[in-house]
Amino acid sequence: MACIEARGLRKTFGTTVAVDGIDLRVEEGRILGLIGPNGAGKTTALNAILGLTPYQGELKVLGRDPWSEREQLMRDVCFIADVAVLPRWVRVSQLLDYVAGVHPRFDRGKAEEFLAKTTIRQSHKVRELSKGMVTQLHLALVMAIDARLLVLDEPTLGLDILYRKQFYDSLLNDYFDRSRTIVVTTHQVEEVQHVLTDVMFIAHGRIVLSCSMEELESRFVELSAHPEQVAAARAFRPIYERQALGRSVLLFDGVDRQQLAALGETRTPSIADLFVAVMSHQAQGAAR
Amino acid sequence: MNTESNAMPESHADAQVLTASTSAPQPLYWSIRRELWENRSIYIAPLAVAGIVLVGFLIGTVHLPERMRTALTLQPMQRLAVIEQPYHMAALMIMGFEFLVALFYCLDALHGERRDRSILFWKSLPVSDLTAVMSKASIPLLVLPLVAFVITVATQWIMLLISTAILLAHGVSVAPLWSEMPWLQLSVMLLYHLVAMHGFWYAPIYGWLLMVSGWARRAVFLWAALPLIAIGVIEKIAFNTSHFGALLRTRILGGPGASDLTASGGVMMHPLTLARLGEFLVSPGLWVGLAITAAFLAAAVQLRRYQGPI
Repeated sequence: MACIEARGLRKTFGTTVAVDGIDLRVEEGRILGLIGPNGAGKTTALNAILGLTPYQGELKVLGRDPWSEREQLMRDVCFIADVAVLPRWVRVSQLLDYVAGVHPRFDRGKAEEFLAKTTIRQSHKVRELSKGMVTQLHLALVMAIDARLLVLDEPTLGLDILYRKQFYDSLLNDYFDRSRTIVVTTHQVEEVQHVLTDVMFIAHGRIVLSCSMEELESRFVELSAHPEQVAAARAFRPIYERQALGRSVLLFDGVDRQQLAALGETRTPSIADLFVAVMSHQAQGAAR
Repeated sequence: MNTESNAMPESHADAQVLTASTSAPQPLYWSIRRELWENRSIYIAPLAVAGIVLVGFLIGTVHLPERMRTALTLQPMQRLAVIEQPYHMAALMIMGFEFLVALFYCLDALHGERRDRSILFWKSLPVSDLTAVMSKASIPLLVLPLVAFVITVATQWIMLLISTAILLAHGVSVAPLWSEMPWLQLSVMLLYHLVAMHGFWYAPIYGWLLMVSGWARRAVFLWAALPLIAIGVIEKIAFNTSHFGALLRTRILGGPGASDLTASGGVMMHPLTLARLGEFLVSPGLWVGLAITAAFLAAAVQLRRYQGPI
């Protein structure tokens, strides 16, 4: 069974179309990065998946309809909307009490174990913690819940690099296993690149690109062309071209790597570069 | 866990079930506790009022022996009224503030969690919107009246003990204080008033405020008050009547057989009888009010379902 399955998922706010008929299938055990510019519909799509907003089209998360079965779904799904959603008045011990009281799959000992590795004390109130510590606290809660799907919407927004790195390290080392699924949206694409198994680009409410990381590596090639070979390289119809350190860097979709290797240095593009390329390619396509 | 208990002998399995049931999720119970953690004014405000009442009472005890001597010369009914007066005042003050706290609590209950975005956290837990709204509604309907009852009775007992000590020190008889005052009936009356009036009779007020706090994006108080004023004004201009205003007044000042504590004369003149309880229970105002409350709360549940952070 797919963890998330959507067909024709659509959501409008008045005349604005936030999500424009998305088809989506996320298998169990994947880590999917949902990447798109601001206002692309990422958060709206996630809200639909989490049962926070009604939608049109078909959507099943772990076999349930999120909008009508949010309460049951939340036993198997965790989410961190962003770092600032833990109530500021609450004491850490109260938070543990509450989650232990309402969540059948929360392991309090595990959360305490994780917190013991931080400087957070149970007597602290959330308002006394720094932003990074609040994230650690939220992550401690989430990691102590034996959930099947974890949804992270900009989980590291506003955190410094140390906390961001720590966040994804903890997630990978202490939490993720092949029976869980993680969906993450972020602007800090470089930091999640090595974490993801799948990537999905969204723009204007539509999926622009959806592939696994292996597929991405075999399909896309970035060529730093020798100056005299630029014209030859352009003949292979790159989807994007930019200048870097005085050389032309071209990005190709589905062109044989061997052929390109003769024209300069080839490598797999970073997700960030690919994102920029695909987005501007899209924009050009729309302009034509 | 299931496989474990299956493998165990019968008696152990029973013990397992027992511990499992005590640790089973109790969303409503924990959600109400959550409200108490967040809104400490629920018990701090009545306690503060009780403290102020006690300070006032202590200062007033200078005249206590003299007042008691005068009271002893009066007819029993008048005497009781004089003795009862400060206790009656204490109850009124605490209950008045309990009502205020309830109003402010309701105005913020479903608005605050959207304003500070914590609704996204609460909704990430397996707690239904119905449970969330019910836990919030139970604060003004049940928790606050009971808190006010306990604090009022405790305050009255402290006042009684202080009076007794002072009167004994001055050699004045404390007999009327202890043998003539129907303390038990006073407490029962108080509990009845708090549960019937502040809980059930005021329920539509709380329901309305909760619904508005779940709907308004800002200025909850204005949105709560404006429609009521608008209806009153339109009725006045269109029909030159003020039934709606009268309706609201009855709702706030108290319904059938309920105005005794607030009316002058105090409890003594209006002992709680089964007939009065019956009068209250069959009054249409009570049941219409409860039905309206249910509708408001149902709307609040739907609003919480649809509304996100603001």
